[in-house]
This record gives sequence, C-alpha cells and structure tokens, in this order.
Amino acid sequence: MTTTVAPNAARQPEIDYRQALTQRRARPAELLFKVTLQFCLFVGFAFLVSLLTYVVYKGWGRLDSRLWTQMPTGRASRVDQAGVQSAITGTLWVIGLTAAICLPIGIASAIYLEEYADTEKWYNRLLELNIQNLAGVPSIVFGILGLGLIARTLGLGFTVLTASIVLSLLVLPTVIIASREALRAVPRSIRQASYALGATKWQTTWRQTLPAAVPGMSTGAILALSRAIGEAAPLILLGAVSFIRFNPDSLLASYTTLPIQIYNLIKQPQAEFQELASAAIVLLLVILLVMNSIAVFIRNRFQKSW
Amino acid sequence: MSQTSINAPVSGGLGMPIVTPSVQARQTDQRSSDSAPILSLSGVSIFYGDYEAVRGVDMTVRRNEITAMIGPSGCGKSTVLRALNRMNDLIPGARAKGTIAFHGQDLYAREVDPIEVRRRIGMVFQKPNPFPKSIYDNIAYGPRVTGMKVANMDDLVEQSLVGAALWDEVKDKLKASALALSGGQQQRLCIARTIAVRPEVILMDEPCSALDPIATTKIEDLMHELSREYTIVIVTHNMQQAARVSDRTAFFTAEVDEASVRHGRLVEYDETQKIFTNPQQKRTEDYITGRFG
Repeated sequence: MTTTVAPNAARQPEIDYRQALTQRRARPAELLFKVTLQFCLFVGFAFLVSLLTYVVYKGWGRLDSRLWTQMPTGRASRVDQAGVQSAITGTLWVIGLTAAICLPIGIASAIYLEEYADTEKWYNRLLELNIQNLAGVPSIVFGILGLGLIARTLGLGFTVLTASIVLSLLVLPTVIIASREALRAVPRSIRQASYALGATKWQTTWRQTLPAAVPGMSTGAILALSRAIGEAAPLILLGAVSFIRFNPDSLLASYTTLPIQIYNLIKQPQAEFQELASAAIVLLLVILLVMNSIAVFIRNRFQKSW
Repeated sequence: MSQTSINAPVSGGLGMPIVTPSVQARQTDQRSSDSAPILSLSGVSIFYGDYEAVRGVDMTVRRNEITAMIGPSGCGKSTVLRALNRMNDLIPGARAKGTIAFHGQDLYAREVDPIEVRRRIGMVFQKPNPFPKSIYDNIAYGPRVTGMKVANMDDLVEQSLVGAALWDEVKDKLKASALALSGGQQQRLCIARTIAVRPEVILMDEPCSALDPIATTKIEDLMHELSREYTIVIVTHNMQQAARVSDRTAFFTAEVDEASVRHGRLVEYDETQKIFTNPQQKRTEDYITGRFG
C-alpha cells in the first residue's frame, strides 16, 4: 500500500485563489522582447515604404504611357519623347527564356538528389556541397564566365540567349535548393502508400511527390526569377546595350533589360533622365509584384486541391 | 459467423486482467488449420547496415488466415512485416538473409522485381495515409499505375469501397478530398485502395493504433470479412486485438546476445487459441499476462 503523501496535501487552506490568480505581475522582459520584435519589423517596413514613396514621387511625372510606348534615347533634347519599351520587352524575353532553361534543369536536379541519389555515395555529397557553394558565388563572376565561355568560346555573342543562359546558371542553385526543400516536405507516408500499391519510383515521383511539391517549388522558382529579373551586374559584361531602339525579336537579338536601363538613365546628368529612371524603377517593382502574386496564386490553387 | 465479443477479463496473479480471447469464433469459421501455405519464412534475418535487427525467424503464413504478430516495442515485428513485401528495400542499407518464399518463390531472389511483389502483397500502414486526392482517385490510383485491365473503373471503385465497408458513407462524395474523411474512414479508404489492386496478401502495420475504439471495431469486423478472400498479416500492440481477430499468433521479443546487441527473435508461433490459453514458452506467457513488456 502506498504511504507517500501527495505533495499538495500539506499546504491547502491558506491560499486566496482569487487574489493569486488575478494579480497581474509586471513582466519587463516579456514587454521588452515584444517591443524589440516590433521595432525590427518597423525598421524593415519603414525602409521599404520610404523607398517606394520616394521613387513614386520622383517618377510621378513620367508614369504614363510614354514609358512603355517609347524607345529609350541618350539625347537630352529628346528625353521628353523617351521611354523604356525595349528594356521591358528585353526583360520579358530574357526572364522568360531564363525560366524555360533553369526551371526544368533545376527541378530535375532536385528530383535526382532528393528521390534517386544515394546520399551515402561521396560523389552525390560532393554534388550537394557544390550546389550550396554555387549559391553564394557573386553574380559578376557568372558574368565573367558567360563572357568567356558562352559569348566568346561558344560564339553566342551578346544576345538574349547568352544572357538567359548566364542568369539561369546564376539562379539554378536557388531553384535546386528550394525544389529540394519542397520535395522533402512531402510526407514519406505518401511515397510508401504509392509503393505499397505496386507503383514504380517514376510513377510515385511523377503522380504523387511532384504534384504535392508544386506549391513549394513555385514559390522557390518565382523567388529565383525575381532575383534574376533584378540582376544588372552580369549583364553589364554581357553586352546589354544601353540605349537600344528596337525590341528583341529572336533568341539571338541584341537586348537591354530594365535594371541596365535604369543604371544608364541614372548616370545621365539631366534631371529628366533621373525622373524617367524613377518611373522605370516603379515599373520594375510592379512586374516583381505581379510575379509574386502569380506565385501566391499557384500556391493557393494547388493547396486547395489537397 | 464472426462474433467479436470479448469475454469478461479474468484477474491474473498481479491483479492485472489477463487476456481471455474468444478464439472459438475464429476457429468455427469453417477453415481448416492446415490451409495451404502462402508465405514461408525460413532462417530470416534482417539487417540495417551491419545491425542485425531480427534474427532467425521461421514461420508459415497460411492462405485466408489472419496471422497476428505481437510483442514489445523494438522486437522487430514491423521489420519482419515490411520484409514480406520488400518495403524494407526503401530504407537505405536494409537487407534480408534467409528465405521468404511466396507460393514457393523466394521474394529476395536476384531476378525478383519488388514492384511485382508489392502488387500481390499490399500494405496498410499505421497512420492512415490517403493521397491528397479525391476518394475516387485514391482507389483508382493503384489499378492505373499497375496497368490493370479495368472494364469499368466506376464499378471497381464501388466494389473496393463496398469491400472496405465504406461505400455507404462516401457514395455521394466520391469527388471530395480523401483528407476530409475521419481517421477511421481514411483507414478504411486505405484498405479499399489496397484491395482495388486485388492483392493476395494484405499486410497491416498496427492499422488501428491511431483510431478510436469504434473505428477499431469496424476495422476488425472488416478484417474478418476480408479474410474470406485475402490472407492477412497484422502487427499489433493490442493483445486483445490479436486474440479477437487472428487465427495464428507469432510472439516476438528482443533478446540480447553475447556481444550485448539486441536482436528481435520469434519466440513462439502457433494457433492463437494455444498462444493465449496454453503458451509453450514462459516468455510468451509472461507477456500475454502482462508480467513483461
């Protein structure tokens, strides 16, 4: 028989529970922590809002249809008639082609590493390590690689294709890493259920794992492309022409992109050019916003069918 | 017919209820105790890397019987179960020694395709794991990927759901997501999905451990029904469940060898009635009376 006394039995009567439960202690650490978190959020938010406000304010006078109907010019006398149409179309060409190159390769690599590779093997681990390191290589280095290898050695020149290949290489590690995370987040039990019904590895991957990973993958892909769309450094080396007066019409056409155009406009001494640059920045931000909205839309749509 | 009444528990020596099964219900189900062997294990050891998780298992699973595997955690019963349809292949470093023969064919022979093995020996898992698709697509998935010739998929889906005693509850919402079903319904859907590919054997890895008692009863009743057409091997932590549903019971436990490494061992394998009323091994008796484990 038990002889131990319940620990609470000794001190029962004297407690005033009403008083004990309703007293509100000051908890300074709690408060400080919360205020610190709010402050950090505020700093990031304030910078973003002030940047947006400033850019919209500066570019307000040029935020009209001239921006996308007119071609760029370098001449101050004709700045009133200038826009950034060729940069917009150039950006769309380059980013579209980048997506077409880097997404299939990136997702396929992720599937190999996550579903097929035996991670015990040294060469697979080396591959993983390499991809993680590549994600940290400065973009200008990719520009130099593109200039030497793709533009010159392979002879593709300063074209939309060259720019897209280089930007694809640049964001490929991001796409691979994000896609792997998305694949890893798919429960193992789903794969097992599929195998237990007699499905092959390919059927399991294609019909179960991949569809379940699409929301995560699309988020990663859009983030990667958002980075690519804002890149200027490697394209400076790859012959993105500053004031180009025609739209690209093929993979081997000359091109310019919005970040390059903005960079060149800002360099001009006249205030009118800088106003135009601000308007172009607003336009670039709008394109980014639209891309992110598409990512959110895809994610929500696929999640609903779960 | 299948009665699943539980006899009133009788007090054992330590004041704990010992299991008193109504195994007669199973035995009278017009099946002879010498039906044809479908799975034969001889000298089966299963390794994870260098670690021998299970050592030297010999047992025979007979057609249209329900075979239960019981034992304390870590005794290797799930490992053995997963070896029966080569699900262990999916774990890096897992391998089996000895022979596991299915209708006389060694499942681990070089030329055997594990995909074909799993088509004939299906599996239901511990946690219900429906695909994030509609109820209909969950059932149709197996027949589609295995390339079964199906005259009418709607009929097959209906038959499978009827077979898993789920049809009446879901017939009006076949296009609804399977994830909207309750846990018990999801598990019956997983059973329906398994029988849709017409396997010969269904392996069940603690199929009721995530379910409430009512859902558990439904699954147990269903197992009785299924055993007319299928052979069932079930791993369970619940001894009453083993006693209620199974024809034969295998008792596993973990043993420590000379090098103080733990291995799962099969201690005793016999008709369920004998295991629970007259076990031959002291360890079996200790386990089922609750003195150990």
